[in-house]
Amino acid sequence: MLLDVKEIICGYENTIIVDGCNFSVKKGDIACIVGPNGAGKSTAMKAIFGLIPIKSGKVIFKNEDITSLNPQERVMKGMSFVPQNNNIFQEMSVEENLEMGAFIHQSSMNKNLKNVYNLFPILNEKKSQIAGELSGGQRQQLAVGRALMTNPVLLMLDEPSAGVSPIVMKDLFKKLQVISKMGTSILVVEQNAKQALEISNLGFVLQNGKNKYNDTGKALLQNPEVRVSFLGG
Amino acid sequence: MEIINAFALIINYIIIPGLTYGCQLALGALGVTIIYTVLRFSNFAHGELMSFGAMTSILITWIISYFGISIFPLPTVILALPISILITISYCLLVDKFCFKYHREKNSKNVISLIVSIGVMFFTSGLIRVLIGPNDRTINDGERFIISAREFKEITGLTEGISLKLSQSITIIVSIIAVVLLFWFLNKTKTGKSMRAYSDNKDLALLSGIKTENIIFYTWLITGTLACIAGTLYGLDKSYKPFTYLQLVLPIFAAAIVGGIGNPVGAIIGGFVISFSELLITFSYNKFLSYLIPINFLPEGSLQLLSTNYKIAISFIILVLVLILKPTGIYKGKLL
Amino acid sequence: MKTDFISEKKYINSYFVCAFLFLLVGLFQSWNVAFSILNLCLISSIMSIGINIQWGNSGIVNFGVMGFAAIGGLCGVLISMPPTLEVWKDGTAIILIILFSFLISGILIKKFWKIFVHNKHLKILLSIIIILFSLYLIKSIFIPSTNFIENTNSAKTGYIGGLNLPIILSWPIAGLFCGVIAFLIGKIALGLRSDYLAIATLGISEIIIYIIKNEEWLARGVKNVNGLPRPVPYEIDLQKNEFLQIISETLNLSVIEFSSLIVKSLYSILFILVLLIIFFLLQKAIKSPWGRMMRAVRDNEISAEAMGINVKKRHLQVFIIGSAIIGISGAMLTTLDGQFTPSSYQPLRYTFLIWIMVIIGGSGNNHGAIIGGFAIWFFWIQAEPIGIFLIELITIFLSDQNEMKLYLLNHAAYMRLLLMGLVLILALRFFPKGIIEEEKRL
Repeated sequence: MLLDVKEIICGYENTIIVDGCNFSVKKGDIACIVGPNGAGKSTAMKAIFGLIPIKSGKVIFKNEDITSLNPQERVMKGMSFVPQNNNIFQEMSVEENLEMGAFIHQSSMNKNLKNVYNLFPILNEKKSQIAGELSGGQRQQLAVGRALMTNPVLLMLDEPSAGVSPIVMKDLFKKLQVISKMGTSILVVEQNAKQALEISNLGFVLQNGKNKYNDTGKALLQNPEVRVSFLGG
Repeated sequence: MEIINAFALIINYIIIPGLTYGCQLALGALGVTIIYTVLRFSNFAHGELMSFGAMTSILITWIISYFGISIFPLPTVILALPISILITISYCLLVDKFCFKYHREKNSKNVISLIVSIGVMFFTSGLIRVLIGPNDRTINDGERFIISAREFKEITGLTEGISLKLSQSITIIVSIIAVVLLFWFLNKTKTGKSMRAYSDNKDLALLSGIKTENIIFYTWLITGTLACIAGTLYGLDKSYKPFTYLQLVLPIFAAAIVGGIGNPVGAIIGGFVISFSELLITFSYNKFLSYLIPINFLPEGSLQLLSTNYKIAISFIILVLVLILKPTGIYKGKLL
Repeated sequence: MKTDFISEKKYINSYFVCAFLFLLVGLFQSWNVAFSILNLCLISSIMSIGINIQWGNSGIVNFGVMGFAAIGGLCGVLISMPPTLEVWKDGTAIILIILFSFLISGILIKKFWKIFVHNKHLKILLSIIIILFSLYLIKSIFIPSTNFIENTNSAKTGYIGGLNLPIILSWPIAGLFCGVIAFLIGKIALGLRSDYLAIATLGISEIIIYIIKNEEWLARGVKNVNGLPRPVPYEIDLQKNEFLQIISETLNLSVIEFSSLIVKSLYSILFILVLLIIFFLLQKAIKSPWGRMMRAVRDNEISAEAMGINVKKRHLQVFIIGSAIIGISGAMLTTLDGQFTPSSYQPLRYTFLIWIMVIIGGSGNNHGAIIGGFAIWFFWIQAEPIGIFLIELITIFLSDQNEMKLYLLNHAAYMRLLLMGLVLILALRFFPKGIIEEEKRL
């Protein structure tokens, strides 16, 4: 098991948002966390990455308890995170953005840079452009590219499709499939449950901070209860 | 010939002093801008940090001169500069550790850091006056002129002379070196880029493994260096008076804001905008025009937009106008 | 409520400490010194109340204290001094004043444009015409008339003079005048956020000082105006009074000392009266619905706006009130000094020191502002002896002839700057709420 999240409880100050969630991701998986608004999806992901302190529970990554590590240390262990907003350095060039992504993995930077450019050729074309001038889809690609620069084992994305057009979203999901085939597992939080489940081999449906259904993506898509309550019929 | 004389007049009274003062302002504004982008507050103590740098330069110059070392015709202070830069940096780091760090970690409002910087300003100005006294000190013990107005007139046969002080050319050369190094650092080195990344998007920078402490360290390293160089150059050019540095704070802010605070290129442009407008607005154009148009056509009275008494006030007026009309400045800077 | 009781006790204690310090100075230094300190403490307190209204109640950062204090002082001159009749008779002064106000109010033109002119090119053209026209006015009327005024008996007057009214009248008028100026400044600058507003107000106050310094026809500029009339009797007249002579003998004081003591204490009484009036009016305002609204605005501008409060207008009101109070204290200061010296207006002393008073006293609380004014001014005056004491302590192992020691003692006067900085830094770190915390109100 690559990532094992056991019964985590977390939230802000006095309110508990994630109330005993379990996730487990194997190598090569595309896992996706879906659920209604306010179910605690993003909070759970932030807690896994160490951005929010966990009140109880454990995060086990590569058979190692990383619950007490800070985000930077988790990056060193092979996790990588793409935040939902502000996920690029607006005033820096595309290439500088990627360089900053590789800040702590300087040794394999050139190799990773090449990989990212192969994956997203558009970034190679615009490498000296200022990131703030890119289109929405290109920004999202850059954000994913930046996260890949650390050569992660597990790539986590927080609502990558928020604010982009359906075509761009489809393209992005395709790229995610490519990334997972290259050996990086993916954990993604998505609002667009249907499309996300289509590409995932694992799905977690969250409600009120708890796991409601865990199954393969396909099974969840066919589950009539899930369809009615979460996928709009 | 008349036209050349007019040009000589402009070069002597506007271009050379404007470039010198502009360089001093630009170096100061760079320091303010860098603190603003990385630490997110307006550092009112910057003038006093410059003064501190100039003071250490003087103290070290005294020690060097005591041993009889001199690099005439250059002023001895050039030798002292590297050491005083180190001392100023250490002072900046200490100040940060004891004053700003706490509020940064507590996530206080940035106005609080601004008020803390006023405390630092008081403290530093007191420290300087206790250590070196409030009096006027001359730093320049080197050659005064590279070319004096009289020599220039003799060589060229013009009626207008151009004088170039050694201190002026040192100011311009040192500033160019400092700015080139700064831009090389910010744009080409990994650390410099990480500083820009941190000021651009702090959270993402942290996610990328950039460490806050390192960024803060380099920020003060650069600020201390710039402050020390700017302060020493200003003292070298005009003679060192501790109280003048407090008056320099607003023109420096003006330069940074006119250029667009948070933008290093803007800070430099802003410095020159301020220095040249001060000179151009208070310059009396009578003599200049007398070379260009027949005397009969010359208007009576002084052709001066504003009396020289208002020289420094011009920077304040520009500052206020920019803040009101276009707070982002020439190059779009950051807004709070 | 319990919390109220504690804070009440705390500020009463603080007032007792202030009174105790006053007594100490009176008994050990001299009563004259004690009263001089007290008078300036009172003025400082009023100034810091002015800032406290803006910062503590609305979060406005006004670094323009110096400018308003100077305008207040200017009012003192323009109200109380006798007019220079020569320049009034031929109308030069009147023309000048009209012209000056016209040029100053040029800032307002920006607002008029929004109403009349929409075309951008027309705007630029108009502004060029206006600038050229003002330059013409300056050249042809303004400069000749200023020269005329400044050359009229330049050694003694050389300015337009004042209205020859009792100087006490200048206090409320200074408040009014500063209120109007604050309205103009607030209109153009209050849209800025904290740091920018701080820098802008500091810049504006510097511009005000520059104008007062350089426009000699207005109040003699750097040549200073001396001998302002007083609201209290002169020492010399008191010394002639036989009754007072007898009292001073029985009190075992010299007549000169006694008379200056009386004058100073009369000033103190006047200042205390003003302080009390301002204080009680403000307390009343703070407790009213208006005050509640102000605090709502400070605590959360966005939700206050959502509730239908016009935040900009509230800010402007507070800015005007605070600045008017500073103006009043500025006029009081000039009255106390008996002279107007524009070059004495330094941001360190008039802007930043007042800010230290507000922060130390505890922002958001007028008792705090008063205590802060007292404490910091007392400290500012007494910092030199404290500094000497500290240096003596540090260099206790050095001989009295040691050059290092002598050198440091020589510069001990500047310890006050150092200590003041230290006090501010430490206070923000360890007592961010100040001596007296903000009262909790519902």
